[in-house]
Amino acid sequence: MADVDIKDLHKVFDRTEAVRGIDLSIKDNEFVILVGPSGCGKSTVLRMIAGLEEVTKGKIYIGENLVNDVPPKDRDIAMVFQSYALYPHMTVFENMSFGLRLRKFSKEDIKKRVEEAGKVLGISELLERRPRQLSGGQRQRVAMGRAIVRNPKVFLFDEPLSNLDAKMRGQMRIEIKRVHQHLKTTTIYVTHDQVEAMTLADRVVVMKDGKIEQIGTPDDIYNFPKTGFVAGFIGSPAMNFVPSKIVRNGEDFSVRVNENISFSIEKDKQENINNFNGKDVLLGIRPEHINEKISDESIEHKIKIDLVEPLGMETMVYFTINGVQLCGRVSPENNLTSNSTISLNFNKKKFHIIDPVTDKVL
Amino acid sequence: MNINNLLIWLKQKPRIAFFMCLPLILMVACLIIYPFFYSIFLATLNKAETKFVGLANFLFLFKRETFWLVVQQSIFFALVAVFFKALIGFIAAHSINELPSKGQRKWRGMLLIPWVIPPALSTLGWWWLFEPTYSALNWALEKLSIDAIPWLSETFWARFSIILVNIWVGAPFFLIMYLAALKSIPEDLYEAASIDGANYWQKLFFITLPMMKNIISITILFSIIVTFANFDIVRVLTRGGPIDTTHLFATYAFRVGIESGDIPLGAAVSLFMFPVLAVLSFIILRNVRKRTNEV
Amino acid sequence: MKILSYRNSINNNRKWALFAAYGCLILFVIFFLFPPYYMLVTSLKTNKEIAELSSNPWLINQGLTFEHYKYLFTETPFLTFFKNTIIVTISVVIITMVISVLAAYSLSRLRFWGSGVLATGIFLTYLVPDTLLFIPLFKIVGWLGLLNSYWVLVLVYPTLSVPFCTWLMIGYFSSIPKEIDEAALIDGANHMQMLLKVFIPVAMPGLIAATIFAFTVSWAGFLYPLAFIYSESEMVLTVGTVTTLIKGDVFHWGGLMAGALLAAAPPVIVYAFLMDYYIAGLTSGATKG
Repeated sequence: MADVDIKDLHKVFDRTEAVRGIDLSIKDNEFVILVGPSGCGKSTVLRMIAGLEEVTKGKIYIGENLVNDVPPKDRDIAMVFQSYALYPHMTVFENMSFGLRLRKFSKEDIKKRVEEAGKVLGISELLERRPRQLSGGQRQRVAMGRAIVRNPKVFLFDEPLSNLDAKMRGQMRIEIKRVHQHLKTTTIYVTHDQVEAMTLADRVVVMKDGKIEQIGTPDDIYNFPKTGFVAGFIGSPAMNFVPSKIVRNGEDFSVRVNENISFSIEKDKQENINNFNGKDVLLGIRPEHINEKISDESIEHKIKIDLVEPLGMETMVYFTINGVQLCGRVSPENNLTSNSTISLNFNKKKFHIIDPVTDKVL
Repeated sequence: MNINNLLIWLKQKPRIAFFMCLPLILMVACLIIYPFFYSIFLATLNKAETKFVGLANFLFLFKRETFWLVVQQSIFFALVAVFFKALIGFIAAHSINELPSKGQRKWRGMLLIPWVIPPALSTLGWWWLFEPTYSALNWALEKLSIDAIPWLSETFWARFSIILVNIWVGAPFFLIMYLAALKSIPEDLYEAASIDGANYWQKLFFITLPMMKNIISITILFSIIVTFANFDIVRVLTRGGPIDTTHLFATYAFRVGIESGDIPLGAAVSLFMFPVLAVLSFIILRNVRKRTNEV
Repeated sequence: MKILSYRNSINNNRKWALFAAYGCLILFVIFFLFPPYYMLVTSLKTNKEIAELSSNPWLINQGLTFEHYKYLFTETPFLTFFKNTIIVTISVVIITMVISVLAAYSLSRLRFWGSGVLATGIFLTYLVPDTLLFIPLFKIVGWLGLLNSYWVLVLVYPTLSVPFCTWLMIGYFSSIPKEIDEAALIDGANHMQMLLKVFIPVAMPGLIAATIFAFTVSWAGFLYPLAFIYSESEMVLTVGTVTTLIKGDVFHWGGLMAGALLAAAPPVIVYAFLMDYYIAGLTSGATKG
């Protein structure tokens, strides 16, 4: 059980800077997820915390200790790899107990720990098998078991679910959440899948190009993104971005998409908007906020459907405004077809305005 | 049956397959299988090859001291040389693997050279290095105040030299094989082991060696076969001397069979290699079979 | 803030490992390369210097000379040896590749009665090495009237190269997915065409490796020519250099070294250019099984 503190972390490979100044404070027992597109540096950060990559600049603290120069085995961490990294020539029991055997734990102690971890993960009957006899999900559990028996200060997960099929991924997500609740250990988890980030994390760290875009709870990130990137990255299907203009009505500002759709901007946000009068911005609005529900919170607008995607539980409707393809969510009962015209309601409270130049949400 | 029918019959897959294999089958039958059995027959003849003497040649060899020297020397030579070749090959492969991948190629290239040079020719170079009067090695030793070594004239040192040259020629093979095997071990196993707490030696012992078990045993067995049947090095360096103390089966058979003209006796000598080779090959075959079944 | 032990730090460990690696490698390189180096040095020294015992034999102290190389070319049958070796080697390589490729294709792709046995049998030919066969072959070759001609080598060398090359090609061919066969069959190819137009191009790295192996093995052959060939005019480089450059009791060391180096040069040059194929060929066993 420990805090993890990262101060001004940098990493340079050959000539490229993969990590450009990361500051992060993780509290004891927190489940923090680093999420971002490929190449954003999240795995590199994790590996530096693990000690598998050298730190070019900056400091990493685990608990009270500065661990920059400490080898992985002395950092009291455990890691679950994307490819599981199970030792093929050892049984499941031997795989899980390897770290304990190296540290000269007693046989009884090892047996107790492995059996307990086996129970927690539901792999007790597999202890004498070899990795090649196991399915992907089972191997993943063994990899987790190997981490659990060590009772480390920090758990590190490096895209553990990427190699599983969709159904298995869903199951393992629940497993991981359950295990975290049971074990109450600080966990740092890396993934490119924002669904995992949203469902598992206490806090989400969105990364791009080696820097942190935003840190916050899943709620914060979803509802109050600070940059256009975060807004578009989190949420599936992704947020719609429509080119719009800021117009002034006397004292009030509003953002105007077209003749029909215009959202007024709340007074407390107007300070930021001042400089943008008459300028082009992007309006961000999530698909679930474009639907057929009529209310006084929404503006109705007729659109011509480009494409329909029936998903069973709901239907996605694609249409074009201002030259950009947008997506709206309607209930599945509507029998919609391409090229037909329907009315959609745009929620006038739940939108974001993004400055296209700085990518900041205003 | 007219030509058309014949051609159609021939064009069937199994027939084509058979014909494609035919050159190989013929070659193996005529130049390997037949001579082998012929040599068994030859070994049962007398020196003039006029009458059949049964196992007399074999019994004759059993009674000769030189023959037993050859047996001991061949076995000792094979085991010692292969051990060191494997060891050097492994250490070298491991060292190369530690280097950044860009630089590995030139080291690998330089270290493979002894294996590429025809052994008979590189042994000439060693012969010159061991030459009693002019030995450059002895010159270097004298500079270190060590007495000159009678590399080829004294039994102990002659054996040492043969083994040394054999190691020199053969280690690169092991280097290449082990390097390839090392590279096929996934890197994340070592990372997981780092986190589990393994130091350098523990990683070597618990991960590297077990995962290389198969390739290590196959290369060693293979090399024992080849080293056991070695000819070139001994022939050029010592011709089996001094006083037959460096003879191997091959060189002894050559001396007896070709140089002294007793073909049947020579055949008998070389046939003694066969049981050892058969046992070793059988073990290898079983290993390879087991591995392909596992995969 | 407690700072944990520095002695075991990542940096230190890595530096130590690299240092040890380079140390070992330098020692090995010296060990592996000093004999050829010495051969080169000797071949460039004057006879006078070679005979002197006082100066450092590892360096050329009294001036470079090419007289040994000249001697080789003008006063020994060296060039004849070279010519013979080339003829033998090229013939053997061609024969080997034809036999191996055909057999490998048939064994890896086409089933027929006994094909499994044959594939194992190829491996077993190593049970019967040249050092066992040279005696009976001596008699057989005598009947064929090929004794003392370098064509005898063209006959027997393939036994040294074909088994390994076939095994190598079987490995490469087996790794070509069966769908390619099926696509070609649908496209209308017969087996010969499939072999020539599909398999050989795709397995080219294996072919190159096998060719290099066959080349090296026949260039280095020593026992068979020593047993079967007596006249200088028919000898190949290995035997010729070892036996004829020593006239009686006089060892012409300079010439011997020059001859050995030149004779060893072609495989080394082939290797220098095609090293990756060579190594890939050797190690395909380690990975393809």
